[in-house]
Amino acid sequence: MISPTPSGTRDVLPDEMRELRAITEAVRGVFDSSSYGEVSTPALEYEAVLARGDAAAAEPAYRLFDESGNVLVLRSDMTIPIARVVASRFPHAEPPLRFCYFAHAYRSVRPSRGQTREMLQAGIELVGLPGPEGTAEAVTTLCRALDATGLEGYKVGLGDASLYPAMLDGFGVGEASRRQLVHELVTRDFVGLEREIEALRLAPDAAALLLRVPQMRGGPAVLDLPAGPVADAVAGLRDVLTLLEPAVAERVIFDLGLSRSLGYYTGAVFEVYDQALGAPIGGGGRYDDLLGRFGRSLPAVGWALNVERLHIALVAERRR
Amino acid sequence: MRNAGLTIAVPRGALFSQSLDALDSLGIDTREVRLNDRKLLFEDVGIVTMRPTDVPTYVEAGAADLGITGKDVLSEQSERDVYELLDLGFGRCLMVLATVAGDDPAAEALRRLGVMRIATKYPRIAARHFQRTGRQAEIVEVKGSVELAPLTGLVEGIVDLMATGTTLRENGLVVREEIAVATARLIANPVSHKLRAEAIDDVVARLRAR
Repeated sequence: MISPTPSGTRDVLPDEMRELRAITEAVRGVFDSSSYGEVSTPALEYEAVLARGDAAAAEPAYRLFDESGNVLVLRSDMTIPIARVVASRFPHAEPPLRFCYFAHAYRSVRPSRGQTREMLQAGIELVGLPGPEGTAEAVTTLCRALDATGLEGYKVGLGDASLYPAMLDGFGVGEASRRQLVHELVTRDFVGLEREIEALRLAPDAAALLLRVPQMRGGPAVLDLPAGPVADAVAGLRDVLTLLEPAVAERVIFDLGLSRSLGYYTGAVFEVYDQALGAPIGGGGRYDDLLGRFGRSLPAVGWALNVERLHIALVAERRR
Repeated sequence: MRNAGLTIAVPRGALFSQSLDALDSLGIDTREVRLNDRKLLFEDVGIVTMRPTDVPTYVEAGAADLGITGKDVLSEQSERDVYELLDLGFGRCLMVLATVAGDDPAAEALRRLGVMRIATKYPRIAARHFQRTGRQAEIVEVKGSVELAPLTGLVEGIVDLMATGTTLRENGLVVREEIAVATARLIANPVSHKLRAEAIDDVVARLRAR
């Protein structure tokens, strides 16, 4: 008899598991040598606790009740559980704190290649080291981890989640239009973005900037902007760049339009790309306000790699 | 000339020849593509041809770096993770609600039965439209000639794409509401958009200047 697994989930059999294990062991070696301590947290969390971190995290794929009627959810990432761990288990520990994990996260995505509802993530959280030093360490550890797996063609897109909101503030764009513009940006619709910007009837150079900046991506030349609010906002990215060793800096593409769907990012954000796969392999960023919501106000940065996507990219690279 | 190594998904059908005209203006030699309606993959010039509804699938997965398809297709498949880079302007169509001429049977069904039955190839666009306008509708998805559905009593109205209105008129149907305008769009894979930034920006700039 053939019995199915729930939509978006799958079994991993020995041949694949052996290859996944090789990837996670290589990554674990880098985490160990960089002093990141591995943690494990429950797959189930109280909905009220996850919602404290990010309203979007309170809309998880799977929600259930325990015997006392509490609403439980399957975690949608590891960042919020680790924020909870830091505030609850390390209330007085001297920062910086370094954690890593290999864990499944659960999201209500449309299942497709490398896109499962139960995804295996490998990642780190670096707590108490502000940007740019913390960001540079996180990006460096990311590149070391990818190098250890043998992935060759990857690039790390680096942007800043606060850049576009700062520009909109600077041009005095109101709340309703602002939501609409950010929506066009997050849904990657530049035609819609242009239409919404035109509707604002801003000064021509302001409108041009709002449309052009999110499409700017490439080498460090992207950061060479005329003096003004945008140049100030990208100064932080330049600081990160100066702290990166050459082998890591070579991997970085600056991307002023980079937006990640999770709402808790406050500063630098990054994503991993490889031409062998049509979707990002992982990503992360700074979330300097998140820990404060759990009672221990510390700046933090973290990232997660989607291990299954990384595996697909490795197989595809070797086939080329 | 191959277009800086980019693979472009081109829709066969109504948008086909104007899409190829646009690619001609980039200096891509599309003669073989125009002459050959069986072949699908033209590796020398970096063109793959397919149904318009398949373009977002290939581009999202990275099987093509760029693609051309209608806004109607993109609206219907709004969950696709692709960049919409440029409104190419051609292939202008209207998404409309149409019923048989005379008294509006959809309005009557809504009034007397509380719900109207609507046939469409665009179930999500249709469902969104009726939800947004606060009306209850039962969406019937069909694959072929939608105009047949109201004539046989399957439904009271249809939501469909209209270019000239000739097909509607020949079947005795009239437009009751205009839902959206659709034109051809240039879309890009999100990873290619980062890793092939210069080549893609060059294509966008040249198509915009056309």
